[in-house]
This record gives sequence, C-alpha cells and structure tokens, in this order.
Amino acid sequence: MRFIVCVKQVPATTEIGIDEGTGTLIREGVETIINPFDEYALEEAVRLKEKVGGIVTAISMGPPQAETTLRDCIARGADEAILITDKKLAGSDTLATAFALSSAIRKIGNFDLIICGKQAIDGDTAQVGPGLAEKLNIPHISYVKKIETINSNHIKVHRLMEDGVDILESSLPALVTVVKDINVPRLPSLKRMILAKKIKITYFGLQDIGVDPSKVGLIGSPTRVIKVTHPPLRPSGEKITGNIEEMAAKLVNKLSKAGLI
Amino acid sequence: MNSFDFFLDEEQRMIRDLARKIAEERVKPIREECDEKERFPWEIVRELAATDLFGIYIPVEYGGMGKGMFELSLIIEELSKVDAGIALCLAGTALGVIPIIHFGNESQKKKYLPEISKGSMVAAFAITEPEAGSDILTLQTTARKENGFYILDGTKHFISNAGEAQIYTVFATTDKAKGARGISAFLVEKGTAGFTFGKKERKLGIRSSPTRELIFNNCKIPRESLLGREGMGLMIALRTFDLSRPGVAAQALGIAEGALEEAIKYARERKQFGQSIISFQSISHRIAELASEIEAVRALLYNVCRLIDSNPRGKFTKESAMVKLLASDLAMKTTIEVIQILGGYGYMKDYPVEKMMRDAKITQIYEGTNEIQKNEIITAIIREFAKKK
Repeated sequence: MRFIVCVKQVPATTEIGIDEGTGTLIREGVETIINPFDEYALEEAVRLKEKVGGIVTAISMGPPQAETTLRDCIARGADEAILITDKKLAGSDTLATAFALSSAIRKIGNFDLIICGKQAIDGDTAQVGPGLAEKLNIPHISYVKKIETINSNHIKVHRLMEDGVDILESSLPALVTVVKDINVPRLPSLKRMILAKKIKITYFGLQDIGVDPSKVGLIGSPTRVIKVTHPPLRPSGEKITGNIEEMAAKLVNKLSKAGLI
Repeated sequence: MNSFDFFLDEEQRMIRDLARKIAEERVKPIREECDEKERFPWEIVRELAATDLFGIYIPVEYGGMGKGMFELSLIIEELSKVDAGIALCLAGTALGVIPIIHFGNESQKKKYLPEISKGSMVAAFAITEPEAGSDILTLQTTARKENGFYILDGTKHFISNAGEAQIYTVFATTDKAKGARGISAFLVEKGTAGFTFGKKERKLGIRSSPTRELIFNNCKIPRESLLGREGMGLMIALRTFDLSRPGVAAQALGIAEGALEEAIKYARERKQFGQSIISFQSISHRIAELASEIEAVRALLYNVCRLIDSNPRGKFTKESAMVKLLASDLAMKTTIEVIQILGGYGYMKDYPVEKMMRDAKITQIYEGTNEIQKNEIITAIIREFAKKK
C-alpha cells in the first residue's frame, strides 16, 4: 500500500512575530521543527507500513529549508520525500495550499491513504487536511485516534469527539487527520539518520505539478487576514487557602457579600 | 551547557544528540521511579536498541554499528547527565561484551553479539567475590575439567546487571598452582543448571541497576564456553578494564555535568537577600571552577577514547586509569558542592542532585577502586622511566 504523509515545518516556539502588512507569520530566523501533530501522522503511516507492507511518502510544501524536516521524516521511517517549493507559493492560504498539495499528489499517482496531523501548531487552522481530501475528491475522517483495521480498499477508525468516540468506516483511498492519542512516535534511529543525510529529496516547482500561479500564493488566496490582535488577558482568579473550614467560611463570606447567597 | 567544540564528526554529533534526546525524553520521566523502586529499565534497553545505540561498539557483522569506545562514551555521558544508574544498562552490558568482542571465537560472537545489538539480551561481567575485590588473585571460584565439560563452583558477588543479564562473563580458577596464569574466563548463560542468583543488594546509588550474587553449585558448562584459552583470564580481565574504564569516566563526567547544570539553573532563579544567588561570588566562583574542571576532564576523556580507538590493541592502561580517577573524583566533588549550592532543596528528593551524589560514589569504587587506578598509573610510570635508561 502507499501511504502519503503531509508534513509542515513550523517554528519551534509559539512566541512568534506577525507581519503587520500581510498578517502572516514571520518565519525568518526562527528555529524550526516538524509540526508535532505530523509526527504522529508519520509514525502511524510507518506502523501501517510495517504491518501491511508498502511505502511511505512524506510530502511538504514550503521554502527550500523545509528539506531538513523531510530528512527528519526519512530518519523517522519515511521511504521517500517530496518538497513542493516555489517562490510563487509564498503567502498561500489553506485553500491554495490544499490545491498545490493535491496537484502534487495527483502527479505522484496511486495512493491508498493520506495521513495528516490534525492541525499545524503555527496557523492552527486544521483546514488543509480536509481541504486536500475535497480537492482530491476522496473521503476524509478527521481527529482519528486509532486505526483499527486497514485492508486494500477499506479502513475502520476511531474518531475522537468532545463527548466520546465515533467508530467509522471508509472506503480507500481516503484521508485521515490524526490526534496525538494515536501513538507515541519513535525516535529516529542512527542508521536511518545516516541514510537521511544521503537520500535524494524530490523537488517540485509549480511547473512540475502543472499549477497555474494565479491559483496559489497571496494572489491565489481568497483568505485575507484583516487584523491580528492579542486576546485580552484573562484576569487571574483569587485563590482561597486554609483548611477546609477556613476556606468554606471565606467562600461563604465572599458569596454573601456579593449578594449571591 | 555549551562545551568546547571537540571536533566531533557528523555521525558522532548525531550519536550524541540522539542519546541526549533519549535521556531527556525517555530516561528523565522514569528516573525517580527506577531509583525509588530499584527497577531495571528494560524500556531504555529497547529504546537504545531501536535507535541503533545499544550495539554502537559492536562490529557491523554482528549487528552493531562498528563504532569505538569514543562513541560508546558519548552515549554513556549523555545518559548519565540525566541518570547514571540507567546508563549502566548500557555500560554494564559493554563490560560483559568487550571480552567477547576481543577474545571470543567466531561462534561465540555469532551467538551473543547480534542478540546484544538487538537489545534482546543484556550482559554482565563477574569477577568480584566476597574475598576477592581488588586482590583478584584470591579468586575462590573454580572451574574443573570433566569429560569435555567444565564444572563451576563458587560465589560471585556485587555483580551489576545480575539477574537481568542473559549472558555472564565469569572468571574462575582452572589451575590454582599457576597463580595469575591459572585464571580463565567463561561465558555462562542464565538458566544453566547449577547457576542461581543470590540476594539482591540494597544500595546507596545506581539503584536501578541490579547488583546480585551469582552462585555456581556443580554448574556444568560445555567446553565451548571457555573464552580465549585456559589461563588467559587475568589478561582478559585487565584488558577489558583498560577498555571499559573510560566508560566509567564518561558516566562520572555525565553526572558532574548534569549536576552542575542543575546548580546553574537553580542559582539563576533562586533569590535571597533580594538578588539571584548566582550574583554572589561564593556561588559563582564555585560554578566557574567546576565548569573549568569538567571541561578539562572531558578533554582528557575524549583524548583517551581517541587514543584507544586509534589502536584498540595498543597500550593505554595508564591513560584509561587516569581519566577514570580524575572523572570519578570530579563527579563526587561536583555533586557535593552542587547540593551545597542548592542548600536545603538540594538535600530533598524533589531535586535530582541528591541522587546524583549517591550515584557518583560508585564511580570511585567499581572497575577498580581509585586506589587501584593510582597503582596502575604509577606502575606504568615506573616502567616508562625504567625503559628510558
């Protein structure tokens, strides 16, 4: 079977600046990591491959330096890696990103399952996975916490909901996005790290995947960030301390003063 | 802490960083529990094996990575920064395995080394006896030949990894009349009839590493269990120590580094008399001195390792003893001073430094006490001087 994992290189920190002009994140000069949710996606793909056989392809869209993230994917078990990179892609929103990814995946050809992290920790949109499935016209299931069974044309998964778990089945090919409950990602092995240094990463530009430049980048992205603001800080609460009797007395006192009891 | 660039090559940096990751992500969460409950960390053995680090020093043809004592030391150092007891699952195994690599025959290597590389078994080294510590020649354990077998009788004690290990390098007297040349080494498997384990010791430190007695009572082992030739035992043991002592030094260095890091972190945060205590000279100078000594020991360790790896059959008893001596003394000194820097907090189990001090002490004692190291060093020095004339 062929498993495709979509990965994103993200800033290693959550304290990141925002470009006032474009409303996009300032990524220059910040230490980067593989998006943590994508690690779970990759691990799941590698486990499935170990179980049923096949190959794992990691794919990313980003600047040339995203290659380091793809090499990390090889070290963690991916068999091959593809980087979609083109200056014209800069500023792509989730729609444009899903479109570019879908074009690259169409170019790859046959696949059975696409696995994405539930969201990236920088943009936090959780839209690219489902958007990609729509562009490819395949079913998708998000927030998957367990893949129970998989065979050549069918998958059964557990979806994490706020109030419980849904057990769902889908035909293949399909796309799933995964939550961190799904597995504990392995560490890269030394042999694979050495291999990852040497392996050739495939580069795709817009021309390679037949994408019209007007459909991607800032101009191809209908989403406009109007303004970015910090949420107001929630005022800190008051902690009542003491033994149980003292705490109860203080609480009753406060509530009655406030006219609530 | 940033250290000097010791011109590690790309793979050595990978090995160090990977070991650091394992220490931080996998070892740290279990260190308190393993210490408290005296639990052997099999999950770390498996993790090290899955990342190809457990057999780093084992030749490639036997499933290892074919690296040297330097790479092994880098891993032990990184693990020991977080937990020197857990690091022993690797270091203690290496002590049992080095004799197989250097003195084993093809079939012995084929039988055990791939299993070790895979992390499906750990090994142990058994020389010490109740009456034979530093004085190896007083070994009471005997091995007598009988119908193509050897029969082992005697008791080993203070054996690291005992009980958990599947394979034991055991030293026994085959011919008492021959003295130093009457000792032989054997590979004995757990489960062999007549081979049982005695009590598990309760220890000050390295508590996650089991220390037990091995009891041989009319234990019949095949002739093929002999390592090298009869009478080579003492030579095998001494040679093994020459190769393994930098591992103890790496463990000690790791402890010192880990402890100092805790001290720096604490001293920057802790405020007394209205300022961080690191702004007090009595604290900051102590840290400065320890940091300098750590770098000096590291420089020596890496050099000794490179010397060994450049010619593993060469002579390096002196250098190996020197680095073990200095590193272990520094680990003890550093951990004691670091507890003082943390004051009352350092004495409590909420901080890891009291454990680091408990773990540090053994590095001055095992694989030859530091007094024995000094004997080795001066013997080598006298020999060098005698040669000059």
